[in-house]
Amino acid sequence: MDTTKSYIDLFANHREQLMAVAPDVMNSVRDEAIRQFQQQGFPTQKVEEYKYTDTSQLFSGNYELSMATARVSANDAPVVVNNSDLLQKYYGRCADMSDSIVALNTAFATECLCIHVGSNQRVERPLEISDIMKAQTNKMEHKRILIVLDENASLTLLLHYEATDPMRFLTTQVVEVVVGNGAHLDMYEIEETHAGCTRFNNISFNIFSNATVRHIGITLFNGTTRNTISAALKGEYSEVTLNGCVMEDKSQHVDVNTLIRHEAPRCTSHELYKFVVDEQALGAFAGKVYVAEGAQQTESDEVNQNICIGNESHMFTQPMLEIYADDVKCSHGSTVGKLDETALFYLRQRGIPFAKARQLLIQAFISQVVDYIPLQPLRERLHSMAERRLGGDLDTCAGCSLCR
Amino acid sequence: MLEIRNLHARVEGKEILKGVDLTIRDGEIHALMGTNGAGKSTLSNVIVGNPKYEVTDGTVFFDGQDLLKMSPEERSHAGIFMSFQLPVEIPGVSMTNFMRAAVNARREALSQEPLKATDFLRLIRDTQKLVNIDKRLVSRSVNEGFSGGEKKRNEIFQMALLQPTFCILDETDSGLDVDALRVVAEGFNKLRGDKTSALVITHYQRLLDYIRPDIVHVLLDGRIVKTAGPDLAREIEERGFDWIR
Repeated sequence: MDTTKSYIDLFANHREQLMAVAPDVMNSVRDEAIRQFQQQGFPTQKVEEYKYTDTSQLFSGNYELSMATARVSANDAPVVVNNSDLLQKYYGRCADMSDSIVALNTAFATECLCIHVGSNQRVERPLEISDIMKAQTNKMEHKRILIVLDENASLTLLLHYEATDPMRFLTTQVVEVVVGNGAHLDMYEIEETHAGCTRFNNISFNIFSNATVRHIGITLFNGTTRNTISAALKGEYSEVTLNGCVMEDKSQHVDVNTLIRHEAPRCTSHELYKFVVDEQALGAFAGKVYVAEGAQQTESDEVNQNICIGNESHMFTQPMLEIYADDVKCSHGSTVGKLDETALFYLRQRGIPFAKARQLLIQAFISQVVDYIPLQPLRERLHSMAERRLGGDLDTCAGCSLCR
Repeated sequence: MLEIRNLHARVEGKEILKGVDLTIRDGEIHALMGTNGAGKSTLSNVIVGNPKYEVTDGTVFFDGQDLLKMSPEERSHAGIFMSFQLPVEIPGVSMTNFMRAAVNARREALSQEPLKATDFLRLIRDTQKLVNIDKRLVSRSVNEGFSGGEKKRNEIFQMALLQPTFCILDETDSGLDVDALRVVAEGFNKLRGDKTSALVITHYQRLLDYIRPDIVHVLLDGRIVKTAGPDLAREIEERGFDWIR
């Protein structure tokens, strides 16, 4: 059966259940969302943005729809499930429903994790949210997060995705982020799932005047992941940094698609993505920087560097600039290469075995992304996670049958 | 210690070594001189097992072991060290991590326990004083942003940590001013034990004023064409290579 059709049927069968448990605001856009999804269907690989990921095939597996509800136990944390005021004001405003995965998520999502930092509030301690997938059957989940920072607010947020049970998980997640005037957000995402996990993660930032956002995405282990990140610079002097690194081997698949929209003048954007692709893994990076008419004095730099190690590994890279203003400074570049043979030999001459030498060089390659992280304990933790990952003894995949 | 017989080798398809014979006994220092392109660096790279160089004929034995069957790291564990002509910059790999990995890999090969962190740091500190290397260099990435002299001094620092029994100094004098040269050469002299032997590759007599060779060889067009005592180096300094051909 046609995959798109099967999801429309699934929706029809569950519509009442979904409506019964979800807040009104989320229900109010549900029917429109499924209509949009039906109109577009799953994107085929002929759609430029989904060239490297076969969506309908990934959605065709047999999964049980999960409508589990999250509980938040932290007392003083700015996290609430289904904060109705926030939903009323912001739900569905940032995410782009013309992306049919976003439409699908909007049709099925039943709850929204809301993080709100009021004006002039600074959340001193970093907030860590661990998303641990556990199940006894193959599960499908549609997750939703809304993050709002009011004027001059500040927050450091770490989202950590894990899967502990050796089941197949299919996840869509839509994260909408509003960063008000003068606010500051540091957001880290670490994926450490397993080969049986398929994740479609879609993040949209709306960034207003004088606000800064740093987003750093680290893929340590996964199955198939599509990260779609878009950032709209909507007010003058705002700044966004999108950095990330990906380590993949076996038959892992990581597709990162980013869009930075300079909609206001005098904004700055930076982007640095690094992939290390080994064995039969596939990596894809497409990053577009769009400078709207009138967004003068835009400054933007975009770098994508990749190391393809395995003879059967693939890396696709596509840096793009689309500029409609005439007083801008924009650069973009990408490289795909192998490990430096001269350096490798130098290390081996000093007695370091080949595998360890290779590991040191890969770690060095990605350290530029990790070292950028201002939070020292996290930086150290990531260095040691990367070391374990490259040394082949990451907890989540040690001996797990799915990862072989 | 090192026995090379009829060694032929090529790089990128081009034959460079055309039958080299060389024997170096325990404790001896041999100088290897020759024109550019004669094959000096090829010979040293073949001894340490650089995969870019292909041996087409001949044998190399080190302390009775067939060197050509060993990986570069195994040769290192056996006690062979090369001070590179152009030490590589490796951004992102700290000197400390690099040397800890190297020292412990060697200890593992010799069936010794890895050094405890505190013992390793003490070793680093003591060695750094011994070769008089700036401790800030030790906390940086491998050779990154080092000056020519600092890079060469760093090679001697690594040698001091690994305590090899056979050292190749591949044009250690290139790119060094006289003061730096003296410091590096003195470092080497201070470190070498009675049984340590060395192959010193150079164009100039200058380095050999500090590291005094027992035997001097001239390599021309892939073969050793002349072998004599230390006076040969002085003669080459005065007369060049043409008279030997």
